[in-house]
Parts: sequence; C-alpha cells; structure tokens
Amino acid sequence: MNVETSMKSFQQQKANHINNTSSAKTKSYFESEQAKDRLARRILLDRVLQKVFFLSTIFALLVLGILLQRIIGNSIGWLNLDFLTGRLSINPDKAGISGAIIGSLWLMSVVIPVTLVLGVSTAIYLEEYAKNPKLKNLINTNISNLAGVPSVIFGLLGLTVFGRLLGLGSSVLAGGLTLSLLGLPIVVVSSQEAIRAVPGFLREASYAMGATKWATIRRVVVPTALPGILTGAILAVSRTIGETAPLVVLGIPTLILKSPQGVMDDFTTLPIQIYYWTLDTVLTREYANLAAATIVVLMVVLLTLNASAIIIRNKFQRRY
Amino acid sequence: MLNQEKRKQPQGENSIYKVSHLNLWYGDFLALNDLTFDIQEKEVTAIIGPSGCGKSTFIKTLNRMVELNTNVRTEGEILYHDENIFGDAIKVETLRTQVGMVFQKPNPFPKSVFENVVYGPRIHGINDKNKLMEIAEISLTNAALWDEVKDRLHKNAYDLSGGQQQRLCIARSLATEPDVLLMDEPTSALDPIATYKIEELIDQIKKDYTIVIVTHSMQQASRISDKTAFFLMGELIEYDKTEKIFSSPADQRTEDYITGRFG
Ligand SMILES: Nc1ncnc2c1ncn2[C@@H]1O[C@H](COP(=O)(O)OP(=O)(O)OP(=O)(O)O)[C@@H](O)[C@H]1O
Ligand SMILES: [Mg+2]
Repeated sequence: MNVETSMKSFQQQKANHINNTSSAKTKSYFESEQAKDRLARRILLDRVLQKVFFLSTIFALLVLGILLQRIIGNSIGWLNLDFLTGRLSINPDKAGISGAIIGSLWLMSVVIPVTLVLGVSTAIYLEEYAKNPKLKNLINTNISNLAGVPSVIFGLLGLTVFGRLLGLGSSVLAGGLTLSLLGLPIVVVSSQEAIRAVPGFLREASYAMGATKWATIRRVVVPTALPGILTGAILAVSRTIGETAPLVVLGIPTLILKSPQGVMDDFTTLPIQIYYWTLDTVLTREYANLAAATIVVLMVVLLTLNASAIIIRNKFQRRY
Repeated sequence: MLNQEKRKQPQGENSIYKVSHLNLWYGDFLALNDLTFDIQEKEVTAIIGPSGCGKSTFIKTLNRMVELNTNVRTEGEILYHDENIFGDAIKVETLRTQVGMVFQKPNPFPKSVFENVVYGPRIHGINDKNKLMEIAEISLTNAALWDEVKDRLHKNAYDLSGGQQQRLCIARSLATEPDVLLMDEPTSALDPIATYKIEELIDQIKKDYTIVIVTHSMQQASRISDKTAFFLMGELIEYDKTEKIFSSPADQRTEDYITGRFG
C-alpha cells in the first residue's frame, strides 16, 4: 500500500522532471558564447590554483627536509648508546642525556594522570551533566581559548601558583602540573568529541535495562569513547613533552647531577637540554651536535607518539 | 480502578498494566489521547496502527523511556502490578529492570557477546564469573541463540548477523529476569528467516513473559498475539482478542486499516 503510493508519486516526480528539462531546452538560460568563455577561464584558474597549492606543499616539505637534513647531519657520530645512557657532562665527548630522558618520563608520569582525570571528568560533565546551555558554551569557549594561550603564559601561571604559592619550586610536580594545564584543553576537547560520538541508541539500550546515568557513563559511554580519549591523551603528551618555555619560566635547570627519584625532586627534560646546549654553542661548538642529537631523540619520541595515536584511532574504527 | 466499565477489553483476567486516562504531550503536541485499557499478564499484546499514531510513544511510556525526550508531559496513570509507575513508590531503574525493551534496530553494545548479555546482571551488582556465565547461557538459550554463539562468546557482538544481534538484544533483556518485554517493531530490520526465528522465539517465551509488541505487519500481529490494540492518531480505537480484531472488528476504521484501505 505504502510502497505503491510512494512508487506512484515517484513516477510522477520523474515525469515532472522530464518535462522541466525539455522545456529548459527550448528556452535557454545561458548565452552560450559567454558561458563557454567563462568556463574556459574557470578551467584556467583551476589549473593555476592546482600548481599554486602543489608548490605550497613542496615548500613546506622542502623546509622540513632541510631541517631534518641539517639536524640529522649534525647528530651523526654523536647519537649513540653512550649518549642515550650517559650522564650530563661539560665535556661534549662524555655528555649524555639519560638525566633528561628520565626527567621527561617523570614529567609525563604527572601530566598523563592529571590531564586524563581532569580532562575526562570535565568532558563528562560538559557532555552528560551540564544542563544550562549558556554555562556550557561559556566553559567550552574558555577551553578553546585556553588551547590558544601561549605556553609562556602557562609558565608564569605555574611559577606563581605551583612554584611559589604552593611552594613546589622547580620540582617534577610543579613542572608536571604546569604542563598539565597545557595538555588539558586537548584532552577535554577530544574526549568531548569522543563522548558526543557515542550513539544515542547505546545509551538507550543501557537505560532500558534499568541502568542509572552513572552506570551508563561508566560502562557504555566511556568505554565506547575510550579510543578517542586515548588519542587525545597521547596528543596532549606529544604536545607537552616538547614544551620548553613554561619550564624555562619555572626555572628548570639543566645541570642536574642526580636523576629525580620522585615528584618532589628537581629535574631536567629533553627540550630544556636542547635549549641550553643551543645557547651554549657559543662557548663550545660541539654543543650544537649534542643539541642536534637530542632533537633527533625527541623527534623520534614525538613521531612514535603521533603514530600510535593514529594507529589507535584507526584500529578502533567505529563499528556500530 | 476507576472507569472499570469504560475499559475496552474482555474482562476477568489478570492485568499487569492498567492504563487510565493516559495523555502524553511532546511540547504542545498531544501524542497519546486519553488511553484507557489493561494489558494482561503472560499474554502477547500487539499494538498496530498507521505511522505516527503513537505506538512507540505508548510502549516507551510503559517503561518511562519516553521521558528521555525533553518536553514530555504525561497525565493520567499507569498501574503496573497496581502501583502507579509515575508515582514516587517506583524508581524508574526498578521499573526498567522488570520491564525489558527490545528496539527496532538491534543495538548491542560494542562489547563481546558475553558482556552484552551480562550487562544487566553486572549493573545490578553480580560479579561472580560462574554466576554470570550461568546467566549468559540461560539467557542465550532462551533467546534461541546459544548454539549459534557458544563458541564465540568473547567475540564482538557486531560480528553477528542482524538477526542474531536482535536475538542477542532479547537475550540481554531476558538476563535481568523481567516480567514484561516491550518490543518496538523488533523484526522490521530483519529478513523473513530472521523474522521467523524471532516470532518463534516469542512463541516459546510467551508463557513466562508479558509481551507488548508494536508491529506494522498484520500477519505478524495475527500470528503471534493474543490481544490486539489498534491506535489511530494517539487514540485507542479498538482493543480486543486478536481473532476478533482480524475477523470481525467492531470499528469501521479498524477494518479499513487491517484490510489495507488506508495507512
Ligand atoms: N521526541 C518527539 N518530539 C516531538 N514529537 C514527537 C517525538 N517523538 C514522536 N513525536 C510525535 O508523536 C507522534 C507519535 O510518534 P510515535 O513515534 O509514537 O509514532 P509510531 O506510531 O511509533 O510511528 P511509526 O510506526 O512510524 O514508528 C508522531 O506524530 C510524532 O511526530
Ligand atoms: Mg514507532
């Protein structure tokens, strides 16, 4: 019955359509010469733009290529196992970055749990609980603005609040909390997106079985959103692990002779190490090579992190 | 209790739901208009009617899922085991545990078959592995799915076919040991064979459950249901034994609908 009527109306529409096109033929809307002319110009524009875009891409790649070539070139002969496992030294031939690697790891051991807990909780609140759309909008706008604040500003905030007010000085905890602020917007936004993408019918299924809101969030929403949340967390780590400015503001030193043993110890990180070695190149030329070698290490870490984010995202492609 | 005489139904049976003067609005739109009828325990009640007449709205009201929509307002009462479901005495979570629901589109969780089935028991605090396995086996067996999935309990539920997914959703509902099973066009997304399997399944479990099923298929309603309610534009037009509705309906509009003269 339904099908029949809809078939009929479909055929009617088709008939109308045919009528329309045939009448369009008799009464043309286009001055055909002019139209041809314009078309030719559009095709030309198309070709030109294609070249322009291609050249822009090549330019970016070229810059990257030169950068890589110089850095890798400088690091050859310096980047080896001794360099990775050695302690810091004034003598370039003996200097190693084990302290900076351990420091960076310690830093992330603060950043990852803090951004995950705060970020996911915020996202859950905003997506699942916040009722007032105005308040929600306000918070969302603030978070996006936070993502755009220069990292030095976070350094100042960290110095005032964590370093001085809470008396954490230049410890792992002070640095970790400061960088967490930087990573937080990334985790919040990606978790929000992941939570929003959880289809309503899954929530419905849960509610229909007598689940409370919290049970639904814990057992359905968050697990389903987990790949997106993890991707965000990894991106937050890769954003913060390369940060220098906020740590410089916090007064993170480079010459730490003892590796940190806990979150209250002083520490140094890979980017800080790069920063000071680059500064000191005027004193000792070989420091440039050490900096380059450290950059290579940092880049490998970053590429691995980003690649794993992509792998997680693809592996857990939505199936529902 | 009130208006017993007005209830359009055969008398003298156990009613699990007593619907009295139920009105429901989406915003200003009156979607259910003064419904009054009883639903009998351990029977299959079919709800039929043209698209948009309020069938889904009605069965979603029976477990209060309709309230997940914003701007929904209800009036009147629905007694479930003589308790008003809109009252404070019943928590929605409790109601929904006793009144399971199967949706039009199969909606398993993106988890393993096993985790899907034991979802309900888990949220109600059962964590013992053996106990959960037992529940899973019983529920899947009752949903006529056990033999097909017993070797892939820990595979993702989305690896199953559509019909299997729908039976999994039924198993998932059964696992909370409900009294009532609400089904909103449970076979409309399925092919005839999968549909047949679900109908057969309904036939097997109906001795233990009260089933309310929305369907667009007259054949399905007449095959599986004991009672049939015909809705039109939010109103209950006719409600009677299924044979009666399909052989000699009292209302002209019912006859027009079931003979395909409109809808
Ligand atoms: N969330 C909503 N907000 C506003 N109006 C709604 C909402 N849901 C349903 N309606 C309206 O209520 C009426 C009944 O809808 P309902 O989904 O119950 O119909 P139905 O009988 O299940 O139809 P179908 O056979 O197409 O599934 C329709 O007119 C519909 O437009
Ligand atoms: Mg419907």
